[in-house]
Amino acid sequence: MDILGYRRPDGKVGIRNHILIIPTSVCSSTVAANIANQIPEAVALPNQHGCCQIGPDHLQTVRTLIGFGKNPNVAAVLVVGLGCEGIPIRETAAEIAASGKPVEVVIIQEIGGTLKTEAEGLRKVSELVRQVSHLQPQKVDISELSLAIECGGSDFTSGLASNPAAGIAADLLVAAGGNVMLSETTEFIGAEHVLARRAKTPEVAEKLFQIVHDCEERAKFLNVDIRDGQPTPGNIAGGISSIEEKSLGCIYKAGHAPIQDVLKYGEIPKGKGLYIMDTPGQDIESITGMLAGGATVVIFTTGRGTPTGSPIAPVIKITANSRTYKTMEDNIDLDASPIVSGEETIEQVGHRVFEEILAVSNGRRTKAESLGYKEFGIYKIAPTY
Amino acid sequence: MKKQAVVINHKDNVATVVEDFPSGTIIHFFIGQSEHSLQLLEDIPLGHKLAICAIQVGQDILKYAESIGVATELIRPGQHVHVHNLESRRGRRDK
Repeated sequence: MDILGYRRPDGKVGIRNHILIIPTSVCSSTVAANIANQIPEAVALPNQHGCCQIGPDHLQTVRTLIGFGKNPNVAAVLVVGLGCEGIPIRETAAEIAASGKPVEVVIIQEIGGTLKTEAEGLRKVSELVRQVSHLQPQKVDISELSLAIECGGSDFTSGLASNPAAGIAADLLVAAGGNVMLSETTEFIGAEHVLARRAKTPEVAEKLFQIVHDCEERAKFLNVDIRDGQPTPGNIAGGISSIEEKSLGCIYKAGHAPIQDVLKYGEIPKGKGLYIMDTPGQDIESITGMLAGGATVVIFTTGRGTPTGSPIAPVIKITANSRTYKTMEDNIDLDASPIVSGEETIEQVGHRVFEEILAVSNGRRTKAESLGYKEFGIYKIAPTY
Repeated sequence: MKKQAVVINHKDNVATVVEDFPSGTIIHFFIGQSEHSLQLLEDIPLGHKLAICAIQVGQDILKYAESIGVATELIRPGQHVHVHNLESRRGRRDK
């Protein structure tokens, strides 16, 4: 089965052709956004990170920004540094350039102020546009696709219908040789023993138990209760009574394939099949981690409804709550509610989800893309100093 | 007949309603292939759960054939099961 994709110099395949402008510090975020505002093909990642971060938290931010630069949906990159931040600007750019795509750098303190940097940045990005705008998507095998699966604003319909339907689509892609990522460690709590039965090796099962244990311990270390934030007030109003109930519904979205490995936040998987990534349950930080890990398309199941998009990847929204589909039709791509009313089976809707992934991979814009939603957020694991 | 409530696994002791139902309604649902009915003792909003058998204090509340928490009071068949009478075991600072 073929899809249309852009083959990058490192051999990986993207389904979009973005030029990405990466600020390496919160201090260069506005300059990066200003450059992107002028060039239709460009998109920036304004963020609040990059300086005064320590240890694994610093490394995680660097890994995430590099992963976004390397993502095959990105054709070319401009890195915008301030000059004195903690993130190594030129090393970050060099690491992205190792994937073979064109990468340019501008540094505000070296060029001499933001106005000159914006002018120089615009000149460089306009050159990048001319370098990559002629690229045409080619027919490639569907096994080149990397799918991230997310759920957010869950209610009772998520575990009952939209997550199992997403799971069918995930199974179809794994069977076709593709890559699938399941994340949201908080939402494995109470369901990890069910997932662990599918781990490829005892070591992978042990890694899974460990990330869930660490997630609970971090909350205890702060002397807080995960119940204060999970399930959310919206989840509870929607009928979810505990984190265990939420988790048991969440894990359906990964289908039934064996779990190949457990990845760090933003880590790129080494093989094909189903992978688990250690991310928080917060949707934007979770999706950001999986895109840094190379995912090129996102399935997002929701009960309450959400507008989430991404700067570099299509996000396909699905709900099985008929009221939500009616009230938020501007934001939801696919109506899975016939499962709940008994008019369609989970398998039938799962195949519709898979067809939607194919159509979006072949160029159809999702609602979030056509509305310009571009949420981005890096998971912090330590305070800023 | 339109589906009124869903029992996901035959081991479960709760059902999830797919419409708003007022107290006193007799609802119909399936456990596996066998049809059952039950009178609601309380209003059950769309997407919320009701007990389909008596659940004792401290007993696991089962959905998806797994524990989603424990009962903090005796829950009779037809009563609403939610955060007021179900307690999570996980992610707690006190345990």
